[in-house]
Amino acid sequence: MPRPDPEKVAEAVFAALAEPSRRGILSALAVRGPATATDLASQLPITRQAITKHLELLAAAGLVLAEPGERRRIRYRVNAAPMAMAQSYLAALARDWDGKLARLQRSLDATELDAPAPPSGAAAPEPNTPELNTPAPPSGVTAAEMEWRSK
Amino acid sequence: MPIPDRIERTIELAQPPERVWEALTSAAGLGGWFGNRATVDLRPGGTAYVEWDGKDSKVALTIVVVEPPTRFAWTWGIQGLPASDPRRTYVEFTLAPSGGGTRLTVVESGFAQLPDELLDTAYHGNTEGWRKELAELAGYLHAPA
Repeated sequence: MPRPDPEKVAEAVFAALAEPSRRGILSALAVRGPATATDLASQLPITRQAITKHLELLAAAGLVLAEPGERRRIRYRVNAAPMAMAQSYLAALARDWDGKLARLQRSLDATELDAPAPPSGAAAPEPNTPELNTPAPPSGVTAAEMEWRSK
Repeated sequence: MPIPDRIERTIELAQPPERVWEALTSAAGLGGWFGNRATVDLRPGGTAYVEWDGKDSKVALTIVVVEPPTRFAWTWGIQGLPASDPRRTYVEFTLAPSGGGTRLTVVESGFAQLPDELLDTAYHGNTEGWRKELAELAGYLHAPA
């Protein structure tokens, strides 16, 4: 069998999982173990015909594997490998380096403000000096200068 | 919808590389901006553990490169996969002086990596593996105490 293209695999997984009945079938197989279409029809509020159709699609996506069962019935089991491929895709989206780097910048800026403690007395501003009454410029965090670098 | 293999970001920070290095590599730093608590064994091959509030498990970073104050790199697991999954992504920070501050670049790569084993089993399944495991389990359960 030719090596599957990871992108194609992820696409098929997302398409297969977009349908609630198919998610129900996968969940049932994951929780209760390998089952025939007849077994699944007795566990789920879906007709046997519809289950057979969904199983074919799940098998095409590689999410279930068909194997011979008792009385010449086909049994299906969950195959996790294509889901792991789809997870690679989701993991890249979930890393959120923008959020992490913005927090790094805020934490560095915050320690910057704390660090050099002015000598007591000398630098303390008098109350009601004109400077304090003028509106302060937006202080604190500046927007992170980040850029995508598409590779 | 290609699976992205790498994420790259660059950020300009007002602080000099030494300060940024400290924030990236110290327990106080990693436990501040990155997680909520951290321990760091700062050497190539060392491990840093990072904890997040509300999560039971620690995340282990395997430190690969320690070149103060310019290069720091680690590998870690892929989010959403069990800790036992062999796949890891590689995260590298590069610090360059920029004016009085630092130009920090982070590159995380390896998202699209798939070990041969996983590709081979994508459609064939690991039926054989489970048959063996279950046989072993059955043997274990039936073994005289």
